[in-house]
Amino acid sequence: MSADVSHPVRPVRRDWLWHAGVAALLAAWWVIYHQLIPVSEWVTTLFPVDRHSHTGEAIAFFFYDVPKVMLLLTLIVFAMGIVRSFFSPEKTRVLLSGKREGVGNVLSAGLGVLTPFCSCSAVPLFIGFVSAGVPLGVTFSFLIAAPMVNEVALVLLFGLVGWQVALTYLAFGLGIAIAAGFIIGKLRLEGWLQDWVRDIHSGANAPVMMDDERLTMVDRYKLGIEAVREIFGKVWIWIILGIGMGALIHGYVPEDLMVRIMGADAWWSVPAAVIMGIPMYTNAAGVIPIIEALLGKGAALGTVLAFMMSVIALSLPEMIILRQVLTLRLIAVFIGVVASGILAVGFLFNVIF
Amino acid sequence: MKTVKVYGPGCKRCETTELMVREAAAKLGIEVEIEKVFDPKSIAIAGVMSTPGISIDGKLVHAGGLPDAEKLDRWLSA
Repeated sequence: MSADVSHPVRPVRRDWLWHAGVAALLAAWWVIYHQLIPVSEWVTTLFPVDRHSHTGEAIAFFFYDVPKVMLLLTLIVFAMGIVRSFFSPEKTRVLLSGKREGVGNVLSAGLGVLTPFCSCSAVPLFIGFVSAGVPLGVTFSFLIAAPMVNEVALVLLFGLVGWQVALTYLAFGLGIAIAAGFIIGKLRLEGWLQDWVRDIHSGANAPVMMDDERLTMVDRYKLGIEAVREIFGKVWIWIILGIGMGALIHGYVPEDLMVRIMGADAWWSVPAAVIMGIPMYTNAAGVIPIIEALLGKGAALGTVLAFMMSVIALSLPEMIILRQVLTLRLIAVFIGVVASGILAVGFLFNVIF
Repeated sequence: MKTVKVYGPGCKRCETTELMVREAAAKLGIEVEIEKVFDPKSIAIAGVMSTPGISIDGKLVHAGGLPDAEKLDRWLSA
């Protein structure tokens, strides 16, 4: 069973088909993206409601935002899938091991964004890092940045709220990951790991992967497509529910109510938003459409961002997973430090904007 | 007889991986014994940092994401 027999088509020609196909899809994407407004307006006219009524507003919002977000998500997740194919946790570990704190935290937060990561492998990754001599604080920078600053969150903020907010979120998300990791590192809490984690000695069990072939560009396309399929499978329902909820808020919730509850003058709204966010577990896809609608109704940017960061970065299920490697005390410190960072960002934004 | 271990906390991709190994082995006519490793501690000790991971006869061949079907055939028949 030689590999040649099963592939009668010459690989070079097949590569060109792939490149052409990807280019054609990108062009199609661009064309469709620019037809969104007319199409959504047309769909809205199919409903027997006045376009300028509450219901009409809600319907137009829904049929414009759902396809827009889906399209943006497809493009960015595909692109990120390709970018991530250049990174792996193993390579990241090598880059980070033995790095000093400070520089290490910055590098680690950045790599957290670029390295493929799924919260289901948070524990093996944590142990893999710590046992290879990556300092605890640097490891935390990675674990905070990886879920918080992800392409889904950025795409949705960009598409629904605007690029300024997306960029700010990126900067402050990274900032919190760097600062929180740095502080946790300075506290020297290595003794608060579960005993067995400390017993795993670095180097002794770092098997080298034997399969380190170079990926071709076509392999990377395939990984990009795989990423789109996987993320879509996970988030499509959240996007529809989230935007549906957003549409309702958009159409019906009176503005003065929102300003009173989540406006900049209500100082307590920031801590309340952070606390509310911890037990809530949804991904960026579910929470951002709601955020857009809240912002549109006069909720303060800082409060809304704090809520979003808290929902994404401080999730109860992830704490439960991490409980296997961290003692409760260490988890408490982790939550405390990250929550303080989010609070600071929330208050800062409410003052600035 | 080869011993294949599939490392993963039980996510969907881990199950798909197990299925892929089973199918590939059946196709190649190789007898395999598949052991699923769920425990994060054992996963980490095996050197797997991103799941699912696969080891064949004690040798780690893959970590992170679904394996490539062609490569899987090659690893199994090696």
